[in-house]
Amino acid sequence: MSVRLVWRKAVNAVMLGLTGVCALITVGVLGVILGYLAWHGGRDINWNFFTKLPAPVGEAGGGMANAIVGSAKLLVVASLFGIPIGLLSGVYLAEFGGRWYSFFVRYATDLLNGVPSIVIGIFAYAVVVVPRHQFSTLAGGFALGIMMIPIAVRSAEEFLRAVPSSLREAAMALGASRWRTVATVVIPAALQGIIGGIMLDLARVAGETAPLLFTAFNNLYWSPGWNQPTASLPVLIYTYAISPYDDWHRQAWAAGLVLLALVLAANIITRLMLSRRGAARGA
Amino acid sequence: MRFQISNLDFFYGPKQALFGLSLNIPTNHITALIGPSGCGKSTFLRTLNRMNDLIRHSHYTGEILLDGQDIRKIDAVNLRRRVGMVFQRPNPFPKSIFDNVAYGLRINGYQGRLADLVEHSLRRAALWDEVKDILHKSALILSGGQQQRLCIARALAVDPEVLLLDEPCSALDPVTTAKIEELMFTLKDSYTLAIVTHNMQQAARASDFTAFMLDGRLIEHRETSRLFTTPSDPRTEAYITGRFG
Repeated sequence: MSVRLVWRKAVNAVMLGLTGVCALITVGVLGVILGYLAWHGGRDINWNFFTKLPAPVGEAGGGMANAIVGSAKLLVVASLFGIPIGLLSGVYLAEFGGRWYSFFVRYATDLLNGVPSIVIGIFAYAVVVVPRHQFSTLAGGFALGIMMIPIAVRSAEEFLRAVPSSLREAAMALGASRWRTVATVVIPAALQGIIGGIMLDLARVAGETAPLLFTAFNNLYWSPGWNQPTASLPVLIYTYAISPYDDWHRQAWAAGLVLLALVLAANIITRLMLSRRGAARGA
Repeated sequence: MRFQISNLDFFYGPKQALFGLSLNIPTNHITALIGPSGCGKSTFLRTLNRMNDLIRHSHYTGEILLDGQDIRKIDAVNLRRRVGMVFQRPNPFPKSIFDNVAYGLRINGYQGRLADLVEHSLRRAALWDEVKDILHKSALILSGGQQQRLCIARALAVDPEVLLLDEPCSALDPVTTAKIEELMFTLKDSYTLAIVTHNMQQAARASDFTAFMLDGRLIEHRETSRLFTTPSDPRTEAYITGRFG
């Protein structure tokens, strides 16, 4: 009996330890990535990095201002396209959906979420780039916009569903129509959460490389307007990282650090917004 | 008579919840609906402003007349403006106190000085003095009783003809409950009120007429004073003397 007890205690301790170690590894991976990026890329982040164009190989200095602006423009196009469609679909699912059509939309959304990003890139290439014979910010933004839709749909639906139905009843009992109720009571009540979800969505596509490779392509210079190929941070990291030059490797690390910092910032802002929302609700 | 209801059968899908209800709700009086949980009081109340329309696969047969007009022939949105409702749990919008009261006015396209009507409504709901300095703060900082009076003010702002109250005091303490009952008295001069309550003392204190319901059927409906002193049906007597429910 006592041997059995010792054995059970040992198993218990080992398994507890194992879960703790795995949890530590999870946190550690992020820490190591951050540390590695900061170590390799931190030294190359300076004012020039944010304001100058890339320097030719062998020349010192240079920055990636065009890639930062390019990424921002891509995200603007993606947002204009992806967010309204995603949001309104989410509103439909949460507020108006019939049974089987909603099931179908939800299922399709999940499938879309699972479509590999390179496939979405090929699709955007086929429907935007090929007919216009032109790589462009629009094409890249279109690809990223498609990628944003599923998460925008699901986060909008989730946060709208979390709004108590008593608020809907209150508005309807005052003579508000369904749409009026949704627009003036339900969406405002869920807004912080929805915005948070969209921030995370943006942060996710900000780092996508594959859909941009043959849509936005790349550009060593500024990309005027929306109809020219453009540089972007992820593609630039990819290009620099596979190059044989040490200078470029360091720049790639620096760009990686900047990208990660942006994603982390979006995450932290989102968390803060969501926790403020929780506090407001508890009051 | 504000509401005339005859032979009302109500169904949630295949399940029948109300059986052949017929009663009248008189203008400028308070009608109380009492009965044990699940007897259909709330279902009945929510049929009157067609809130049950929102529940899928529900329907009713029979006739409900508001001022002589079949409520199925009135646009639901318009009907709900004329027949206001206060719910069991206070449900203020997560907006400012002012915006809560102004909500109904805004959605109905009210052209006038919102501030005056908001003040008027808050005064009618006996809440003005407590909130006049914090009108632009969130309604969620108010106490439960204040929130419920805010919901009443919000309902009054659109100037309904009828006010339906679905157990408005069940989440409130006795002092606050007394305030709301007092408020109901002052409101009945200008409105028709129907209140669902679990609390028989409340029905006895606050209403002019009482309807006793059991298992989806109307058992007895008469002046409150008579229903509570000389009930004609043995089931009513059993319920009001606390033998069940």
